[in-house]
Amino acid sequence: MKINEILKPTFWKVVSVIIVTIGLVSTFYRFTRGLGATTNLHDMAPWGLWIGFDFLGVGLAAAGFTIAATVHIFHLHKYEPMVRPAILTAFIGYSIVVCLLVVDLGRPENFWHPLVMWNIHSVMFEITWCLICYTTVLILEFAPVVLEKFNLTAPIKYLRIISIPVVIAGVLFSTLHQSSFGSLYLIVPGKLHPLWYSSLLPVHFYISCIASGLSMIIFESFLIARAFPKDEGFHHTELKMNILSGASFAVLVALIAGFLLKSYDFINNGKISLLIKPSAETYLFYLEIITGTIVPISLLSFKKFREDKKWLYIISICVISGLILNRLNVSITGLIASSGVNYFPSFDEISITAMLVVLGVFAFRIVAKNFHLFEAAESHETVKERI
Amino acid sequence: MLKENGILFDVTLCVGCGSCYKKCKEVNSLPQANNDFLKDHLSNNTYTVVEQYDKLYTRKLCMHCNEPACASVCLVGAIKKSPTGAVVYDGDKCIGCRYCMQACPHKVPRYEWSSTKPRIRKCIMCNNRVQEGKLPGCAEICPTEATLFGNIDKLIEVAKNRLKDNPEKYYQHIYGLEEAGGSHVLIISPVPFEQLGYVSKLPKESMPEFTMRAMEKIPSVVVGGGVFLSAMYWLTKRKNQIAKEEKNNTHGN
Ligand code: SF4
Ligand code: SF4
Ligand code: SF4
Repeated sequence: MKINEILKPTFWKVVSVIIVTIGLVSTFYRFTRGLGATTNLHDMAPWGLWIGFDFLGVGLAAAGFTIAATVHIFHLHKYEPMVRPAILTAFIGYSIVVCLLVVDLGRPENFWHPLVMWNIHSVMFEITWCLICYTTVLILEFAPVVLEKFNLTAPIKYLRIISIPVVIAGVLFSTLHQSSFGSLYLIVPGKLHPLWYSSLLPVHFYISCIASGLSMIIFESFLIARAFPKDEGFHHTELKMNILSGASFAVLVALIAGFLLKSYDFINNGKISLLIKPSAETYLFYLEIITGTIVPISLLSFKKFREDKKWLYIISICVISGLILNRLNVSITGLIASSGVNYFPSFDEISITAMLVVLGVFAFRIVAKNFHLFEAAESHETVKERI
Repeated sequence: MLKENGILFDVTLCVGCGSCYKKCKEVNSLPQANNDFLKDHLSNNTYTVVEQYDKLYTRKLCMHCNEPACASVCLVGAIKKSPTGAVVYDGDKCIGCRYCMQACPHKVPRYEWSSTKPRIRKCIMCNNRVQEGKLPGCAEICPTEATLFGNIDKLIEVAKNRLKDNPEKYYQHIYGLEEAGGSHVLIISPVPFEQLGYVSKLPKESMPEFTMRAMEKIPSVVVGGGVFLSAMYWLTKRKNQIAKEEKNNTHGN
């Protein structure tokens, strides 16, 4: 791409530059003035938008391990074209999460303490280590894409030898930390609203991340097809409906599993009566369940909708919104009720989050344009592996 | 017998003089935030408050739980249960994740939000003074012995005897004996505790138990998951191979 072309202002470029500039100023304030001056957090709402965003970021990046497992462990090679975008999404998602975690720490300069100071009884400790290990796995999984670009075949050979153990490790680390984000709240039975509190929280979190991670990658396929069209020199970016329908069936299965689990939890713990108690929490709960579970399940049950581009696009947005609502409900709505206070993110909280999202999208574009992110249904690797 | 210390606070004896509030600020070098101590609340510079409920006065402070939720969730071990019974904090270790604030069932820990080097702030039962052989500030200054400091087992006995000897004077419950697994601060009062703003209906098990039940499963998830994935890898690969061979065979024929 020529310099002129990069500098040519378009609407989105201008907006992005503005968001990033504002975000940088906010970041500067955050680190020089402290949390109190730049966030709306306080003693009764110690966690806010940033932690909530980390929750949903991790949830939406779950396709990284599900797709890698589908292709490399279960040998469903049909899904191969999804692997690289999914891993890149996961890596960028996790990078945003880690940045936000550090921004959110009261003492960011001590971020390395968990490496040397251990408390193995803390869920947070486990999550921290899983995040570190899984990010390493993602780097190893994505390294071949970078190396092949520079024709460095020797290291790729070694990476291929360890590739299966790496994928397995990735699935295990993901399983642990995805569910542990739910475990974080097990210790607050009195504080988290019973609509969301359940001893099964870790399982809820795990199942929902699979459904929404896959929906995220379906949704992304649409964006990719639009953003990187053939006439601009991209290959294999077009929508492959057989893959998307297959993935959407997996979404359906995960959603039903999640719904059954939730129903079991409500019936077993006598929480049904909560559903008819009018309160802001109940409405938000309904919003979450209807958008994220009921509507998608009803639509996905019909083959017609699973194979229709437009509907699949809408359904994936529903599932993603459902997860976003769920994670924000657990981390913000459900806790605020008990503390009896209000919390709404401050300008700086929002602008720093927005900046990181824009940078994430930007990073994805750069990598997509410069590396072989999109592949034909069966890459050379698989073909070789099969012979 | 445990050598651990605790505090017994008796609402019936408290006259609401506020000496404990002031002494606490003094021994911990905390700035005076509010002239009217009864209007103050726990904050980054207030470890204990005296609150008025009608004619009764009561104190709020860290309960120094037997199995503190705050300590169990702290990923770097900045909060610890000291062998003296106090739950203490090391600001040099703390990374400021604030999980301790979220986890505490009594909603006690406070944060120095306005600082760029913030610390968690809460009562540490004057652990340094106690190790020097002194009493905690509040217990030393209290004119009526409403706040008693001493061996926790003895305090439990004292509390039980008071409840038994004056059943008409006390609501028959020792707050802190069983709440959230029990704590090293015990409170007795003439009225039920929710009327005094205490968190009631806390489970009897210690809070870390709730997390442990999930964390216990991690090893089996890792081992089981590892075995399952490896098996699936091998099985599906084999299946593909057989399918291919069959295909080749039919072609060969
Ligand atoms: S009351 Fe809260 S801060 Fe105090 S020891 Fe218990 S959990 Fe920790
Ligand atoms: S804020 Fe500090 S003391 Fe509290 S849990 Fe986090 S690291 Fe531990
Ligand atoms: S010093 Fe004693 S009597 Fe005075 S307010 Fe404190 S506990 Fe009550």
